[in-house]
Amino acid sequence: MIDLAVVDLSRLQFALTALYHFLFVPLTLGLSFMLVIMESIYVMTRRPIWRTITRFWGVLFGINFALGVATGITMEFQFGMNWSYYSHYVGDIFGAPLAIEGLMAFFLEATFVGLMFFGWDKLKPSAHLFVTFMVALGTNLSALWILIANGWMQNPVGAAFNPDTMRMEVTDFMAVLFNPVAQAKFVHTVSAGYVCASVFVLGVSAFYLLRGKHVGFAKRSMTVASAFGLAASLSVVVLGDQSGYALTDNQKMKLAALEAMWHTEPAPAGLTLIGIPSMKDRETHFGVHIPWVMGLIATRTIDKPVEGIFELVATAQDRIESGVVAYDALEKVKADPTDMAARAVFETHRRDLGYALLLKRHVADPRQASPEQIQKAAWETVPNVPALFWSFRIMAGIGMFLIAFFATAFVLCSVRMHETKWFLRIAVLAIPLPWIAIEFGWILAEFGRQPWAVDGVLPTFLGASSLTVPQLWATIVGFTLLYGALAVVEVRLMLFAIKKGPFHEQETFGESDPQQPDPRPLAPAVA
Amino acid sequence: MDLPLDFATLRLIWWGLLGVLLIAFALTDGFDLGVGALLPFVAKTDEERRMVINTVGATWEGNQVWFILGGGAIFAAWPFVYAVSFSGFYLAMFLVLSALILRPVSFKYRSKRASAGWRSFWDWCLFIGGFVPALVFGVAVGNVLLGAPFHLDGDLRAFYDGSLLGLFTPFSLIAGLLSVAMLVLHGAAWLSVKAEPGPVMERARLFGTVAGVLALILFAVGGLYVAYGGLGYRITGALDVNGFSNPLRTTVQAAPGAWLDNYGRYPWMLIAPALGFLGALAGLVGMWRRSAPLAFGGSSLSAVGIISTAGLSMFPFILPSSINPQSSLTVWNASSSHLTLFIMLICTAVFLPLILIYTAWVYRVLWGRTSTAALKTNPDLY
Repeated sequence: MIDLAVVDLSRLQFALTALYHFLFVPLTLGLSFMLVIMESIYVMTRRPIWRTITRFWGVLFGINFALGVATGITMEFQFGMNWSYYSHYVGDIFGAPLAIEGLMAFFLEATFVGLMFFGWDKLKPSAHLFVTFMVALGTNLSALWILIANGWMQNPVGAAFNPDTMRMEVTDFMAVLFNPVAQAKFVHTVSAGYVCASVFVLGVSAFYLLRGKHVGFAKRSMTVASAFGLAASLSVVVLGDQSGYALTDNQKMKLAALEAMWHTEPAPAGLTLIGIPSMKDRETHFGVHIPWVMGLIATRTIDKPVEGIFELVATAQDRIESGVVAYDALEKVKADPTDMAARAVFETHRRDLGYALLLKRHVADPRQASPEQIQKAAWETVPNVPALFWSFRIMAGIGMFLIAFFATAFVLCSVRMHETKWFLRIAVLAIPLPWIAIEFGWILAEFGRQPWAVDGVLPTFLGASSLTVPQLWATIVGFTLLYGALAVVEVRLMLFAIKKGPFHEQETFGESDPQQPDPRPLAPAVA
Repeated sequence: MDLPLDFATLRLIWWGLLGVLLIAFALTDGFDLGVGALLPFVAKTDEERRMVINTVGATWEGNQVWFILGGGAIFAAWPFVYAVSFSGFYLAMFLVLSALILRPVSFKYRSKRASAGWRSFWDWCLFIGGFVPALVFGVAVGNVLLGAPFHLDGDLRAFYDGSLLGLFTPFSLIAGLLSVAMLVLHGAAWLSVKAEPGPVMERARLFGTVAGVLALILFAVGGLYVAYGGLGYRITGALDVNGFSNPLRTTVQAAPGAWLDNYGRYPWMLIAPALGFLGALAGLVGMWRRSAPLAFGGSSLSAVGIISTAGLSMFPFILPSSINPQSSLTVWNASSSHLTLFIMLICTAVFLPLILIYTAWVYRVLWGRTSTAALKTNPDLY
């Protein structure tokens, strides 16, 4: 039998290390492209202030990038360490995007990132811009392949179970590549990264402006951040990954759960703006409803219904019963690989095999499951409704706020009112918001995927390695101590670098440009 | 679907590519690990240490991707190997990860503060980040040669009987120390290419010489152990090289001495151990004669030879099981599907040459020795 304590600890460790890793990724994704924008302005105008701007944000990029890389190593190896059966079961499909990520993306960013920092004096400005662009391209392509892998867990297209190897195998690689869920997730995630970097640059610049320090530098940075941030924050919401929610039973379930929609509503469905969902009572108390909105968001129509939790559970129950037939046929094939009749039965019920595996939580052999156990397993396909409901509202609320925030910033920068005090104060306070939204976004996506590791294919509890509880505690404690210490160091170094400011290096080392930049330019900011 | 290459050929190619990735990792990130392990001993003053760190500062990150890519490629092409080895060597993997996590931050953060204590702390982190992975990788290869204590059940789920301390046997320690010696030699050779002539280079020469001699001895002792220490497994039943990737359908037995079988069957394979010895000798000669190209070329060839020897000796085994040989993973039963191997080969054929081209360009731009004088003028150096 599966040791559920090992499963829970493995999930805890994965959640901790993944959420921690993603504290650094969004800033890398966004800041790399902002460096490209800033450096492009430098290459076009050849004004040294833009070089200073690029190099300063580059220093902060580097401090952040180091931890992003360090914690990313853990992610690459953790599937094999903690999710051994998962790795075997879906490695044929899931491994490919991870390997291609290394080949196509990570090599690019990691090879050029050294030159980006060390090559200022060794390269012509245009060649250095090319290097910076390669780093940005690499980081963003990296996200593409990781989200193709992740998107496949949410919507496992282009693959089928092979009874001879006891695992999923790829049947259509193009389907995996162009998985609509993966595409939507990619745009949503990188846009969120751009928003995150924009808020960061804007917030730090606002801090300088409030202090009356590095004014010319800060105004220019603020202008870039407000334009980039406005475009990105619109794209996060408009191109959010709602569009993928109508595709599969699990995605529908996730949608129903994050909306706490217990029953199918006639089209067009209403949206529950706020309320208190209860798992025990299977209803939402004190709900405030807005008609029509949900149907429009989820189906992009006014005539298709959005399915509710009760109805989706009924579907799950049917699929479990069909899955048990597949399981029975598979056992016969395992005993006798030449049993053609069993293979034929398996083929017809193959897509429900994963649902039968849900029963393994309650009974070693799913064929022995009682009707009560089947019903229980069907209800276990419902993720934690209150957690999803609130995660979504926090994420979306922050997203809406940031659109308004960047629209304001954009207007203020356009009319050269960079030093509007009240706004600068909000900008400094807003720095943590994108991180909060992004972390809740991942909680929504992955907690909402439960009980599946791969939607409809492999339950999470079956994916874990055959480890022991002490082994897991050893690594959880180890990672927590290591990551905790590094987080403290990282934040301190960031603050230290911000305190030193953008002109520290020229003061210490002298500028190699013939033209000394004016540390406090008085001219209006926009170049 | 009809693919232009048959399953067995693709498996063979991917076994070769696995070797190529491991060797590329040893040749590039290998000298970064070696330099890290040498750092506190060859460089005494802060200026010397910064100089040593900056000999690898701009390129170690790209080099490390060979390791990440190795992990990804094993996952994609050999999912059984990825699943069984990383969970089976769980705590050892954790040690390696912790050490490797320390590396990026140590490089980046070390010189951001002036305090001597701060810098010394990160220097020792760089040492750990170089020494520990080098040791554990070698110990892991030693254990693979011995066979790992795992078995697969009917659902092909892996179970283990081993422990962290169980990984440290006399033979695996020889392998671990050989790996450290090999990479320290390689790191010292890199310093002879890249460091400023002076006391640091002289110390590196001394450590490199000791490491080179140790590598020769340990490689020889390890070879004798493989021949007479009762190691080896053999496939005894029928073999379908184009069959499904299901380890339970192969019959395997423990067969002491079997790791030498291939050298009798294919004598050309003796090139690998010969290269291991001759390369290390050439590296030593290069050290003595102060010839950087010979030292670095020699240490590189030695690493190619030593790693190839381990792979060729075991072929077609990738990860044998010591407690249940029946569960052993081989080239013919542990790969991903025919289609996945083919698609991944196409991707590799497209991107690997590109990687080599831009990596070469970056090395060319950064060509030349790292000087202590540059530390005073270039604010970007670590």
